[in-house]
Amino acid sequence: MTSAVSLQQVSRHFGAVRAMDSVDLEIAPGEFFAMLGPSGSGKTTCLRVIAGFEQPTSGHIEIFGETAEGVPPYRRNVNTVFQDYALFPHLNVLDNVAYSLMLRKVDKVDRHRQAEDALALVKLSGYGTRRPGQLSGGQRQRVALARAIVNRPKVLLLDEPLGALDLKLRERMQDELKSLQRSLGITFIFVTHDQGEALSMADRVAVFSDGKVMQVGTPEDIYNHPNSRFVADFVGSSNVLPPDFTAAITGQRAWASLRPEAIRITPSDGAAMQGRVVARSFMGSTVRLGLDVNGVSLHAVVPASTNTTAIGDTVGVAFAPEALHLMGREA
Amino acid sequence: MTALEGGAILPRRGGIFGALSDAFWRHPKLLVFLMLTPPVLWLGIIYLGSLLALLLQSFYSLDEFSGLVVPEFTLSTYAQLFRPSNFDIIVRTVLMAAVVTIASGVVAFPIAYMAARYAKGKWKALFYLGVMLPLWSSYLVKVYAWKLILAKEGILNWVFEGLHLTPLLDAFLAIPVIGGNSLSVSYTGTFLVFLYIWLPYMILPTQAALERVPVNLIDASGDLGATPSQTFWHVIFPLALPGLVAGSIFTFSLTLGDYIIPNIVGSSRQIIGQAVYAQQGSAGNIPLAAAFTVVPIVIMGLYLWMAKRLGAFNAL
Repeated sequence: MTSAVSLQQVSRHFGAVRAMDSVDLEIAPGEFFAMLGPSGSGKTTCLRVIAGFEQPTSGHIEIFGETAEGVPPYRRNVNTVFQDYALFPHLNVLDNVAYSLMLRKVDKVDRHRQAEDALALVKLSGYGTRRPGQLSGGQRQRVALARAIVNRPKVLLLDEPLGALDLKLRERMQDELKSLQRSLGITFIFVTHDQGEALSMADRVAVFSDGKVMQVGTPEDIYNHPNSRFVADFVGSSNVLPPDFTAAITGQRAWASLRPEAIRITPSDGAAMQGRVVARSFMGSTVRLGLDVNGVSLHAVVPASTNTTAIGDTVGVAFAPEALHLMGREA
Repeated sequence: MTALEGGAILPRRGGIFGALSDAFWRHPKLLVFLMLTPPVLWLGIIYLGSLLALLLQSFYSLDEFSGLVVPEFTLSTYAQLFRPSNFDIIVRTVLMAAVVTIASGVVAFPIAYMAARYAKGKWKALFYLGVMLPLWSSYLVKVYAWKLILAKEGILNWVFEGLHLTPLLDAFLAIPVIGGNSLSVSYTGTFLVFLYIWLPYMILPTQAALERVPVNLIDASGDLGATPSQTFWHVIFPLALPGLVAGSIFTFSLTLGDYIIPNIVGSSRQIIGQAVYAQQGSAGNIPLAAAFTVVPIVIMGLYLWMAKRLGAFNAL
């Protein structure tokens, strides 16, 4: 099957800065794909290369099997929801949404009807006559979304779409984006630095670091089987264990990751491994503990109901050996 | 950290400034009142007040026999504006101002666009210097320099001669209204000098408006399928329009009011500024001069109203 978006050895250099370095990605049609990474990791550049705002320094891009390098943005059937929405301040909401239809010379009645439909999809019916300046951040976001989907593009790109929203609104928009994507069947590619967002929304996630793709996989894959220290560290809050520590338990010298919730706290008497509690924060249903085990710092998330430890206590630290995930790469 | 002496509340600062700071903090409106009073007095009484006093004169009339101003309310002075000789002056001036404004916009826009979009660092400094430098030298010197450039024995004629294009220039000068004996005594000459002198007033506001157009709006437009020219007409131009209108207010009203440039470079037929100068000076007809002064004000009012109706300020 043809990929929706295919990047083959794509690099984008700005002078000496390698914003994208030999990136390979295959994104399937209809997929909800997340590009996750810290700021400066190249995920936004990757999005801009797909949109056509940036041309790759080298490599090959295909969108639904057609070569895309050298093709300007206005000839790509790909639309973008910008991080700060980029709504046109001189047009009202309806004309913002109908902008792409106006360019294609769809007649006024028809384009306003289609724009109303798109506004209804994002639950903003009746807001057409307002100006972007009169809307809240969440509403502007919906307008940007309606404007990007009114044409039913082949691929929808979302650049940190929920970044500027408060927590409650964000959670609601996550659900709405997912159901919207399911009902439209459009390939969604979204960029985020929020691992929780990437894991909860995406079918597959690509983790970026320093312009490179570190790992691509389903959220479960990435979370449970990180292939590098970076991914283990960045996705969620895995403990990253040095080779010496791993060797003492498994006999193999390799970096390993250990999920905080895999750690159990036992009475210190007779425990095989002991640690000292150096930090404790109450999270509601769980307690997050910072532990010092022979100079290696670990953190554990344990149920609040059974935990009575205090800072300075010595406790037993236990986990199933199979919870330890050895990582191939040293990086 | 250095611990401050004393308790949680620090003692009052001494002296008159300490007391004033506290008073202003407690009564913020007092500070606003004190700061606004002098400029409001200046603007309200000396600036607008004297303008109103002048306008009042336009409702008086001149006694044709005694040559004295009759301080009685009448519209007869305004009626005089519609006499063919006076009305010609108004039409001529408005046409000149309109042509100068449109040409300024056309010349200024690409310069402003380059400066706003592409000039960085020292190039931007060079742009500002280049635009402002002509403003630092005397207006009269520049106008007389233009007179020399445009004169029959001037450098422009010399260049045309060198290029064997003199017939072309002569053919242009033979055109009625815009032509004349030489460029320096034609409307074309007046137009060129106006264009030169007012250009910075068009470039600067246009550049400021273009600079405020966010780059991501241009990206968004292209993303939604707009070719560069569509992006220009649907996004960049509407957002730069308030700047162009601001610039055109300068070029339009400055042309409506100027009397020095057309006196030095141009034909003998007057424009409004010259008419005002002549009426209040040698003719001693202050009421008619005042009535002429009202014309640019009314025209500017109409112009702004039309600009607003056409949506020029929607992006503000």
